[in-house]
Amino acid sequence: MSNRLGNGLSNDIKTSLLRVHAIVTKELLQLSRDKMTFGMVIMIPLVQLLLFAFAINTNVRNIPVGVVDHSQTALSRVLQQTVSATGIVTFTQHYHSTKEAQAAIDRSEVRGVLIIPQDVSQRLVRHPSVGFGLPPSSKQETSRPIAQWLVDGSDTVIANSIRSLRSMPLAELLDKPANRNTPTFEVTLLYNPEQRSVVNIVPGLVAVILTMTMIMFTSAAIVREQERGNMEMLITTPLAPLELMIGKIVPYIFIGAIQVSIILGLGHWLFNVPINGGLAQLALATLLFICASLVLGLMISTIAKSQLQSMQMTVFILLPSILLSGFMFPYEGMPLPAQYIAEALPATHFIRLIRGVVLRDVTVVEMSFDMLWLIGFTCIGLIIAAFRFKRTLD
Amino acid sequence: MNSETMGTVMNNEFAISADKLTRNFGDLTAVSELDLHVEKQTIYGFLGPNGSGKTTAIRLLTGLLKPTSGQIKVLGCQLPKEANKLRLKIGYMTQKFSLYDDLTVKENLQFISKIYGLTANEQKYRLNELLSTHQLTKQSNQLAGSMSGGQKQRLALAAAVIHKPKLLFLDEPTSAVDPQNRREFWEQLFDLCDQGTTILVSTHYMDEAERCHKLAILENGVKRADDSPQALMSNMAAQVVEIAANDLRHIKDSLVKLPQVISAAQLGSHLRVLVKEEVDLPIALLQQQPCLTPADKLAIVRPSLEDVFVSCTGNKVMPT
Repeated sequence: MSNRLGNGLSNDIKTSLLRVHAIVTKELLQLSRDKMTFGMVIMIPLVQLLLFAFAINTNVRNIPVGVVDHSQTALSRVLQQTVSATGIVTFTQHYHSTKEAQAAIDRSEVRGVLIIPQDVSQRLVRHPSVGFGLPPSSKQETSRPIAQWLVDGSDTVIANSIRSLRSMPLAELLDKPANRNTPTFEVTLLYNPEQRSVVNIVPGLVAVILTMTMIMFTSAAIVREQERGNMEMLITTPLAPLELMIGKIVPYIFIGAIQVSIILGLGHWLFNVPINGGLAQLALATLLFICASLVLGLMISTIAKSQLQSMQMTVFILLPSILLSGFMFPYEGMPLPAQYIAEALPATHFIRLIRGVVLRDVTVVEMSFDMLWLIGFTCIGLIIAAFRFKRTLD
Repeated sequence: MNSETMGTVMNNEFAISADKLTRNFGDLTAVSELDLHVEKQTIYGFLGPNGSGKTTAIRLLTGLLKPTSGQIKVLGCQLPKEANKLRLKIGYMTQKFSLYDDLTVKENLQFISKIYGLTANEQKYRLNELLSTHQLTKQSNQLAGSMSGGQKQRLALAAAVIHKPKLLFLDEPTSAVDPQNRREFWEQLFDLCDQGTTILVSTHYMDEAERCHKLAILENGVKRADDSPQALMSNMAAQVVEIAANDLRHIKDSLVKLPQVISAAQLGSHLRVLVKEEVDLPIALLQQQPCLTPADKLAIVRPSLEDVFVSCTGNKVMPT
């Protein structure tokens, strides 16, 4: 055996690959015996996709609201129906006074209240968008809105939705043809003309789920060997740190690929998310991100002293990855410090890449900054992890 | 140096030589100025109670720990500098089972053999060989975690010698094993030694220590004595008197108060008393004691390894 040692570089590489292969085989065997983990590989993307895709919706509809109708005329009832017909709100309650309505908002019975004043017909007739009847006698008179919304403004998404009713057209209230005013700008919505949020969310979800599972798997990888006492044996063998690190990563690349297929496949099939870019581009972007996430997990694993600690650190990375990466809120809208943090997270770069590939059919190379960033992160991280991994018990 | 007990002493080169080896953990000195010379193709034992520095010494000699001071040379490799080079030449069986519980016997051995760079053909041959030598053929598809202590220990030994190391470290290898398995295990060790392997084994069992070619007695990180078990027993700095009498507990309590008595331990119906070497007539000394009657039988007997251990370490009670 020993005479084969130092027989040149090619032999060294061969034995090195053999050792990596040994680790990969061992990891796969252990994984296949761990039914729970194996189940989670499939269940996490499946359940999360269904939950997120159905639950996360920035186009809010059917907000429960109440009404205080001081006018009690046919017109006020038509007005309620017209508002209700937009689908944004649903009138669930009637109140007699403004005070009563406000109390209802306080106790969260409704999110907003429409207050229709007694003189709603006069106000409507003079309203510029309706534009008939007598010309306004004074400037102030024309600018009076016909009714008032009282809104629970704590949730900005709901507040904005109700606010969008502020200038709703009123022409059909009076059987007039719809307002044909020319808008100031024409807006063409590319890539997601129907404005379905699921189109934006599903590719982003790939990033969130991969961040979660990939970091979780590898962050425990080294610690587990230590906790179970296997490390004392491993470090007496000729196994090099880098070989151990690579061997730990490779099996999870396949698992990451399975998860991505589940998310994008189901997203395409159930939610009709278009996959415009080529599959090769998609695979490349995903591979880069999987590697970066796994390496991040390995770095955690060389720092953590127990599996519990590695779990805590995974969550520490996961939360900003969900909140700052552009998955939930647009990157451009965040303050500068948050953008810096986002820039340091692999998820941010991957979300740009995958949205580009899946929705806009750009190639990964065209987005070379994010591509190079992920490659650089993987290489440097792998070296740091291997460097931090100690082969002594000191 | 007692050389007639060993056939292989002619070899001048040492497998392990350590010089003033010291290792501190903070304020605690785990190993203190240990000088060690292990000849090739011998079984060398570390005998000592728990916490005497056996495991630390082994870890220092395998390169797993860096010494605070001192020189170590193992199989021609200077430690800790050449620790990587040494890894291929040594096998190490840890105190705790350190193979994978969720892999089968065969998978564990395949894993280790790949780590040591055995080719597919070598691996197949070597695995079959190891499985039959260590009586694991029947268990080859059983998960390691579900095996008995003795089976796990045989697997651990098989894994430690898979690459035919020249030097084998065994850290308390038989602590979880019954006497029958222990006998068989030692048979394996002597076979390996016969094939040219040098073995360093730590233990706290006397019978096991007595099987070693040479022995170092450790206490609190200090080497108290080292030689072959026979030499240690014959050169012991104490005399052993065996007393047969009634009310041994009472006699023992009185005798241990004497300054000349190192220790006394009851063995069934006998009391074994260690008396300091400088006492000329130990029987006469003991006979004078008021706790003994003239009817009691006293006799000088051959020291055992346990006596050596007690006289070296000054321990009143034997650790188990």
